[in-house]
Amino acid sequence: MPGIDQSKIRNFCIVAHIDHGKSTLADRIIEKTGLLTSREMQSQVLDNMDLERERGITIKAQTVRIIYQAKDGEEYIFNLIDTPGHVDFNYEVSRSLAACDGAILVVDAAQGIEAQTLANVYLALDHNLDVFPVINKIDLPSAQPQWVKDEIEDVIGIEAQDAPLISAKNGIGIEEVLEAVVAKVPAPSGSPDNPLQALIFDSLYDSYKGVIVFCRIKEGKVRKGTQILMMATEAKAEVVEVGYFGPGQFIPCEELSAGMVGYITASIKNVKDTAVGDTVTDAKNPCAEPLPGYKKVNSMVFCGMYPADGAKYPDLRDALEKLQLNDAALQYEPETSVALGFGFRCGFLGLLHLEIIQERLEREYNLDLVTTAPGVIYRVHKNNGEMVELTNPTNLPDPSEIDFMEEPVVSAEIMVTTEFIGPIMELCQERRGRYLGMEYIEETRALLKYELPLNEIIYDFFDALKSRSRGYASFDYDLKGYEESKLVKLDILINHEEVDALSFIVHADSAYDRGRKMCEKLKNEIPRHLFEIPIQAAVGGKIIARETVKAMRKDVLAKCYGGDITRKKKLLEKQKEGKKRMRQIGNVEIPQKAFMSVLKLDDK
Amino acid sequence: MINRKGLGAVREIGIYVHVPFCVRKCLYCDFLSFPAGEEERERYVKALLKEIEAGAVRYGDCLVDSVFFGGGTPTVLSGGQLIRLMSGLKDGFAFRKDAEITLEANPGTVDERKLGDCIEAGFNRISIGAQSLQKEELAMIGRMHSAEDFFLAYRWARESGFRNVNVDVMAALPGQKILTYLDSLERLADLEPEHISAYSLIVEEGTPFYEWYGESGKREAGMAALPSEEEDRLMYERTGKILAQRGYGRYEISNYAKPGFECRHNIGYWKRRDYAGFGLGSSSMMGNIRWKNTSDMGEYLHLMEKTPQLEAVRKERHPLSVKEQMEEFMFLGLRLTQGVWKEEFHNVFGVKIEHIYGETIQKLCKQGLLTEGDQVKLTPYGRDVSNYVMAEFLF
Repeated sequence: MPGIDQSKIRNFCIVAHIDHGKSTLADRIIEKTGLLTSREMQSQVLDNMDLERERGITIKAQTVRIIYQAKDGEEYIFNLIDTPGHVDFNYEVSRSLAACDGAILVVDAAQGIEAQTLANVYLALDHNLDVFPVINKIDLPSAQPQWVKDEIEDVIGIEAQDAPLISAKNGIGIEEVLEAVVAKVPAPSGSPDNPLQALIFDSLYDSYKGVIVFCRIKEGKVRKGTQILMMATEAKAEVVEVGYFGPGQFIPCEELSAGMVGYITASIKNVKDTAVGDTVTDAKNPCAEPLPGYKKVNSMVFCGMYPADGAKYPDLRDALEKLQLNDAALQYEPETSVALGFGFRCGFLGLLHLEIIQERLEREYNLDLVTTAPGVIYRVHKNNGEMVELTNPTNLPDPSEIDFMEEPVVSAEIMVTTEFIGPIMELCQERRGRYLGMEYIEETRALLKYELPLNEIIYDFFDALKSRSRGYASFDYDLKGYEESKLVKLDILINHEEVDALSFIVHADSAYDRGRKMCEKLKNEIPRHLFEIPIQAAVGGKIIARETVKAMRKDVLAKCYGGDITRKKKLLEKQKEGKKRMRQIGNVEIPQKAFMSVLKLDDK
Repeated sequence: MINRKGLGAVREIGIYVHVPFCVRKCLYCDFLSFPAGEEERERYVKALLKEIEAGAVRYGDCLVDSVFFGGGTPTVLSGGQLIRLMSGLKDGFAFRKDAEITLEANPGTVDERKLGDCIEAGFNRISIGAQSLQKEELAMIGRMHSAEDFFLAYRWARESGFRNVNVDVMAALPGQKILTYLDSLERLADLEPEHISAYSLIVEEGTPFYEWYGESGKREAGMAALPSEEEDRLMYERTGKILAQRGYGRYEISNYAKPGFECRHNIGYWKRRDYAGFGLGSSSMMGNIRWKNTSDMGEYLHLMEKTPQLEAVRKERHPLSVKEQMEEFMFLGLRLTQGVWKEEFHNVFGVKIEHIYGETIQKLCKQGLLTEGDQVKLTPYGRDVSNYVMAEFLF
């Protein structure tokens, strides 16, 4: 598409607190610019996956290019980049932001600024984006737009008096937002004549085209036939196609040049070669330096994933392979468990990432999964000077061989309104947090700084944080490094047999408490058998907690009215089916979900 | 087609007639039953008569050994309606002379006159739902009658001429104590009914009880708790002992009778005798095909009111494979105290039971749940956990 005037391009994203209407506004913008009629619009076009729509969160960045006929009579090209909305994907968010020049800040007219609003705004400002606010949901009876405007100016310090007052839901004020995009988002800079320098902000695998790289061209140009080089991964390929993003489809074009957002395909087979944050350049005429900010993404959380039906192991392998094509952050390798059979040890960015992969495997690939307790990578230093990275508790060497162990620690920042400082500090204390300090952002808001062991936050820290702050706290973390720690392996014995899939690593001081909770939980999950079943927690062979599942006394259907035998049989079948879905450990049948119950130990 | 009523009849069958009406739904009840006005009841009776007439044409060559009017509460119908329904059956089918003809009744829906009509209609057995004689327990489960209502109904039934009476009593009710249960049981046994059904409450999905007492149910403040499994089993054990002393034999998991008064209709279900069901939501098994009538009253009436369309009203039609017949043979037969006869299995299926279920039987015997001789039967503990045992016989 030759002759595109750079000054008519606007690359932007929308940032907001969850539920403040980010996706709805995106929908309206797309609708307003005439890409789709409202009949064609499925609500929230940009959230592609069912899962995203259901959870109301964006998991993968989505991008759409739209043409806007502005009031000044000119046609503008908008590239709207929708960003993921969770701390697990912070890195992806930061790369998506780096692809933009400006951001629309959506604030709920009734609720005002909330924790995530701040976190997201700061992230956008960190990337030198021009941020302008819009006040959404002005149709609500409780809307207080003036108060919210003042709040935005006081707290964030950006001009807000002329912020468009809109209702994305009802399509009010959308025109104004579009005009503001034209006026307030700067046009991209960069010269098509410089060597190619493009930022990868996402990629996906297509079975026909291979890897499709989503990128923002910062400098230079790229077209079919260009030899490209991914600077960090050093992968090279020849470009097959370039193009831009129509809603739900890829539209090929001649050339992408500085300032544009689009995609490149180059028969690349592996998404790993196209790491998010990497810089694409021309192999023959490379740019001097890669763009800043590239990080290699490492899995932080690990767990075992097993097919509920052992025969589905190959299916699980295929499914993981396919998901990995689109998700470079997903790692997996085969492992075996005495209790669960053949499965995989999988690595994830965080717990949400884990949950999403699990749900996608279950829904899109129709697999029934058993997941073991998530853990982190521990460093085990042995007496002989050797160091082992441990992702599966079962592989912990004998304690007599261990000199000391280290666990990963993160520095966490928690933004919270002052009234909740107490409960949040208490929570961090419970999770072995080390208090580093506190800053007041304004009178009613503070930023708490803590160092926390990663294994204390991967279970349900996020949930606990939300519930103890009524949703107001937001939290961000960075891996700080490894620290020596008094760690032990907690084993669970069911009917005197150790169940490897239930073992986990825990700090020595919390072992007793966790063991007790675990036994209580399992007691409720394991059905009564014909005999009594002891459930024990042990550390190093020493029993520290015990519960008992009493023997079954009654399992009888007393009456059978009117000869409805079919119904009775269905009941028996259900019972039998239920047994099939159980795992046999010795002579005890353990329901699959018992293995997962360990995930939710700390419910308050 | 002409009705070949009783012509060369060799096949004995049972007939079940469903009356889906009640005065008020009990809180634990998940059967197809609801309150209805007089007009709807009459419309239903008419439709039912048409279905019976049409069914009789098809199954006229059968000999009826038992009839059971169940519900709901069949005695919500008037005496006249019950007479018409029985006449319909007698017109269409050949009956064994000594056929057992049972009417389910609830206290509060019968009086001397109606019961007299029932005798006239041909009913010779009545099953009265007492459930409990404790005021608080009756209130807890949402029964609309009192103990006094029950005693009256019982007396009227006897006076009207019922020589074969069953009384239903329930164990494991919310707030029930072993002592209050035994008090109800003993006072009922004092009346010397020929038959007693004593069964434990089952909390079924879709009932108010499920909301309160189900898997994730939330009992409201002040609601009594269910007795523990241990208490429930103690009630069951004591029931057997007390009734045995008074001359009642336990012939099925929860049924007790004086010798010769075992319920033929129910035994028919356990022994897989053919039975034809009539009415909304009724189940049937004829010639190893099971089906169930529609549960949709509108559809039922529509399909019956003009030319009865038997096929259209039957849903979930399922011919049983030989394996399914074997499964049923076992899990139904095991409900009976006498268990299943190995020889009978051989006769029915032409293969020895050991060839099919040898391992299962051995395993369950080893676990102390079954005993094995000429028959295979549940042990007392096996009875307590009979679902577990029966599920083992499914393929």
